[in-house]
Amino acid sequence: MTVTSQPRASRRLLEGSEAIAEAMIAAGCRFFAGYPMTPFTEVLEHMAAKLPAVGGVCMNAESELEAVGMAWGAAATGTYAATGSTGQGLSLMQESLAEISLARVPLVVLNMARAQGDYYQATRGGGHGDYRTLVFAPMDVAEAVELSQLAFHLAAQWRNPVLLFGDYYLAHTTQSVAVDPIDFGSVPAPDWALDGSTGGTGRARLVSPLGGGKRRDDVGYDLSEHYRDCAAATEEMLNRVEPLVDTAFVDDADVVVVAFGTPGRYIRAAVRSLRDEGAKVGWVRPISLVPFPTAAVAEAARGARAVAVYENNQGQMIDDVRLAVLGACPVHFIGGLSLDHSGFGIAPDLDVAVLRERIAAVLDGAKER
Amino acid sequence: MEHIEGHAVINTSAPPSEPARLVEDFTPELIDVGEHGLCPGCGEPIALRSAVEAIADLDVIQRTIAVFGIGCYTAFSNNLDVEVMQALHGRAPSLATGAKRAKPDTVVFTVQGDGDMVNEGLQEVLHAAARGERITCIMLNNGVFGETGGHMTATTVLGQRTKNTLDGRDAEAHGYPILLSNLVAQLEGAAYVARGAVNNAGNVARTKKMLLRAFESQLAGEGFSFVEILTMCPTGWFIDTQEAPGYLSEHLGSVHGVGVLKDRGEERVGS
Repeated sequence: MTVTSQPRASRRLLEGSEAIAEAMIAAGCRFFAGYPMTPFTEVLEHMAAKLPAVGGVCMNAESELEAVGMAWGAAATGTYAATGSTGQGLSLMQESLAEISLARVPLVVLNMARAQGDYYQATRGGGHGDYRTLVFAPMDVAEAVELSQLAFHLAAQWRNPVLLFGDYYLAHTTQSVAVDPIDFGSVPAPDWALDGSTGGTGRARLVSPLGGGKRRDDVGYDLSEHYRDCAAATEEMLNRVEPLVDTAFVDDADVVVVAFGTPGRYIRAAVRSLRDEGAKVGWVRPISLVPFPTAAVAEAARGARAVAVYENNQGQMIDDVRLAVLGACPVHFIGGLSLDHSGFGIAPDLDVAVLRERIAAVLDGAKER
Repeated sequence: MEHIEGHAVINTSAPPSEPARLVEDFTPELIDVGEHGLCPGCGEPIALRSAVEAIADLDVIQRTIAVFGIGCYTAFSNNLDVEVMQALHGRAPSLATGAKRAKPDTVVFTVQGDGDMVNEGLQEVLHAAARGERITCIMLNNGVFGETGGHMTATTVLGQRTKNTLDGRDAEAHGYPILLSNLVAQLEGAAYVARGAVNNAGNVARTKKMLLRAFESQLAGEGFSFVEILTMCPTGWFIDTQEAPGYLSEHLGSVHGVGVLKDRGEERVGS
């Protein structure tokens, strides 16, 4: 699966937050709940403005705890629902995200993050129990429009939360994009969803993190059975969802650079400019962080002298890169926290000249080996 | 029959002289499994039974969604012939809000305990009430964390002994109980607020009427409706089962008074 190219005819200039809001509505989202926090706030504003016109509901929740609760309640009725925040707000939602996964409720969650310090939170999750969420990290607005829609499709297909991991740049960059509904194929009918209609029929539905269905022959729940069922569903999801990845110039590359999200876009420019001068460098840009494109990273590293990882944090995704490379070549960290005074991740390091130098230094070191 | 200290004790060491026979099954149809794992003398099954009876009486079962909190009563979320959404501890009102807003034609109610609603999730119920959310919240209030074995909650009355207030709840050390119905009644969005109890037949009948009225209020779109139900917890109160109904009146009930605190529907009819 690759991200599709956009038709030119229907493109408009849209800020990322507005484009994501429109893309979610195009995907069928009819319920949104949120609590303001920059740079998520603007998505909430756009959903509040746009959802009622299509018969949807946007709730101004009293906190992130209630925002995720409201979205959970709506999603449990089979309504396409979403919530979100920044990483800070997502911290508050972790307990619910864990339980929503164990209740097998489809939900889309936006992390309009500040910098990239939430990689572990997004990919490992901060909640309790044996759960995973799918995670996608767009590098720009056009990709976000497509991944937002893919998120709803996969959430419905796998009955699992899907996280869209963006940042300040994504929310606030204006880009020419087309927001057309994308057909990703059919999803199973939500015959598990609640609408009251099965009450009194002897087979009333249950949506619960404690059990997959009612037990009429016994009292209470069998958590052992339910957790095993959830684990099996998670495993199938992780095995069958195809990782999304963007790679270039890796076949003969001496140094492969790995980066995701907004920095991935700058890394592409830096690598291209080095290539123009004959340097053998390439990039691997994970688009899905869960499932991680392990095979693509391993393949790219096979002929390389070194792998370099850029992240705007102290080094988190580098763990997944090392697990993919498995010692085939050295893995160097060329990122680091790069923030302005606000902490929003408006990074001075996101400068093609700066990144070029760091990649060139790894290339020089690799040649000396 | 043997008697110990004046109480009749059924001999369970030998089979009865004649087999038990079912005279009449009073189990409401919406209860799938009549048995439960809750303690003898617990008031929660009576309260829940009253709630599902009210749903059946109003003939809205095929558009009803119950949202359960976490406590002893959670066991019933699995054993009712009612569609159930299981929430986290304290978080039922936000889930109920999402469900009701997404499906406005449904009847949505929460089932929560005092620990769940007043300790863990107080802001949830207050904001739902303030929004005039067209849901019904039911709080089973026994003044203790029953499931953990009898610990102080925010509704525990002064002087009450619990596992973490061994000398009784002391205002200086543990603060004062929150009278939630009284708080909720002050919020403009709350249309119906009542506090019932299940410690005697009269109160059970009264509580059933409150539940019916709360659901009617939701159906009429009047706003948020709330029924607090005082329930017995002899295990968590560390008293004999048969003493619990009287203890409820003397302790919990003397602070959290039974009665209708607010009925906007009645006010409208009266004005």
